[in-house]
Amino acid sequence: MELEDITSILKDKFGDDIIREVDENASPQAIVVSPTDIHRVCLELHTNERAYFDMLSCLTGLDNGPEAGTMEVIYNMYSVPYEIGLMIRVKLDRNKPEVNTVSDIWKTADWHEREAYDMYGIKFVNHPDLRRILLPADWEGYPLRKDYQHQEYYRGIKVEY
Amino acid sequence: MANEIQYQYQEDNLIKSEPNKYREEDLKSEEMVINLGPQHPSTHGVLRLEVVYDGEIVRDVIPHLGYLHRCFEKHAESLPYNQIIPFVDRMDYLAAMNSEHVYVMGVERMLGIADKLPKRVEYIRVLVAELNRIASHFVAVGTYAMDIGAFTPFFWLIRDREHIQRMLEWASGARMLYNYIWVGGLFYDLPVGFEERCAEFVKYLKPKLAELEGLVMENKIFIDRTANIGVLPLDLALNYGVTGPVLRGSGLRYDLRKVDGYSVYPEIDFDIPIGEGKVGTIGDCWDRTDVRVREIHESLKIIEQCLEKLTKEHKRTRDFDPQELVPKKIRPKAQDFYIRGETPRGELGFFFRADGKSDIPFRCKGRSPCFVNLSIISELSKGSLIADLIAVLGSIDIVLGEVDR
Repeated sequence: MELEDITSILKDKFGDDIIREVDENASPQAIVVSPTDIHRVCLELHTNERAYFDMLSCLTGLDNGPEAGTMEVIYNMYSVPYEIGLMIRVKLDRNKPEVNTVSDIWKTADWHEREAYDMYGIKFVNHPDLRRILLPADWEGYPLRKDYQHQEYYRGIKVEY
Repeated sequence: MANEIQYQYQEDNLIKSEPNKYREEDLKSEEMVINLGPQHPSTHGVLRLEVVYDGEIVRDVIPHLGYLHRCFEKHAESLPYNQIIPFVDRMDYLAAMNSEHVYVMGVERMLGIADKLPKRVEYIRVLVAELNRIASHFVAVGTYAMDIGAFTPFFWLIRDREHIQRMLEWASGARMLYNYIWVGGLFYDLPVGFEERCAEFVKYLKPKLAELEGLVMENKIFIDRTANIGVLPLDLALNYGVTGPVLRGSGLRYDLRKVDGYSVYPEIDFDIPIGEGKVGTIGDCWDRTDVRVREIHESLKIIEQCLEKLTKEHKRTRDFDPQELVPKKIRPKAQDFYIRGETPRGELGFFFRADGKSDIPFRCKGRSPCFVNLSIISELSKGSLIADLIAVLGSIDIVLGEVDR
């Protein structure tokens, strides 16, 4: 199975506009879709017998910095029966980073989305339990953003060391 | 300034920084919330579990993570690729060689030098990684037995692990955090005499493993505590994305050493043990432990074949330089890259974004197997007894350094 097979599955179902861009340079090869489409694309890839991506390996947030004004969420999935990996990228507006959750499709996404929320402040709509996961609940700011400035004191402890 | 007490204690600090998910008023009258950890020996580190009990029955478990968070990803965004390796060591401190191997492989493939490596380097990498895998499984099985009340196996296994640690110390200079595998090669060639000593160790270990099986796996008490406990069905396991012995214990022959066939693993003959439900149901705690024990045998097989190659076909030569291909400047082309490999706990993945302009990754995310495996705990232990919660948690085999990164 190749990337073309996957893209044709998606195009058959949702029309040619569903795939914004194909990045063959990435490994595994990547497709870019719109944030509003991500849930139905993932659901189709998960349930379609010809694709059957039953495992979400990794979900990553990413910040392109204030100049670019975008954030990204990157999904790495793997199909155990067809032995193929796929990367899907969505681009979000940095001022209002919001995307639909996929945690109802793969439970793996539950904690990974919480981590992306924790580190980047990306809001996953319809997530069942969107709390901070690694940092304390009352921590200020999102540390992996490129323009992050840490707070000066946390409970009387100087943060700068 | 030095004597000033920085931390200002207030009674509600804990509640504010890591609030419980369940509030007293939401519980039914028989239920109560008990806090397990973060300082508790059977949570294998600093993991805090918020457990809702009804008598002896566990109604819900909510893990609270982050007590060992050391900002791996933030550090990685300010360090050159080769200087990240020591940080990778400290993620999964029980299997540092395996983590290094995966990380280094990812950077090499981005640079396009992965195919040019000398075979001897690859075989040494696999050899040390498999030694480390055995050491890691020893700790997993030993502490698991200790969790559920058997004290002796821990001592026996730590005694045997000591041999591995001394060998790896001999090769790399460190007992746990090696920084031995470098981008493009190795820190040093193996020390003279290493192959012979390793062969002796394999001979020594085989009868010890038979002892281990008699002591732990066939032990009546151990079977009673683990068989039919925490049964994980395969579809649930895949949906949660668990990997490693936890997934294989549920009966899927899925090992990235075979599936992806990286390094020299395709040239080596070994099996992938899966859970068979020998004493209980497929996917119970006993099966997961059994997979680990049988994997030790497979690792020994791999080590023997590596030693065979390292003493004959790719033997030590005077002019062999393991640092020959180590690049002066590591600057991959602009790309997104996801690499994964099999560590003792499952699929360790790294996501890189290189911008093509600097030696520093734009983004480096570690997908840790423990983090994903741990997320299944609440599903597995709902409706079980309190004592079984400990048995389930131990059988997942987490290392908190990797969960929190």
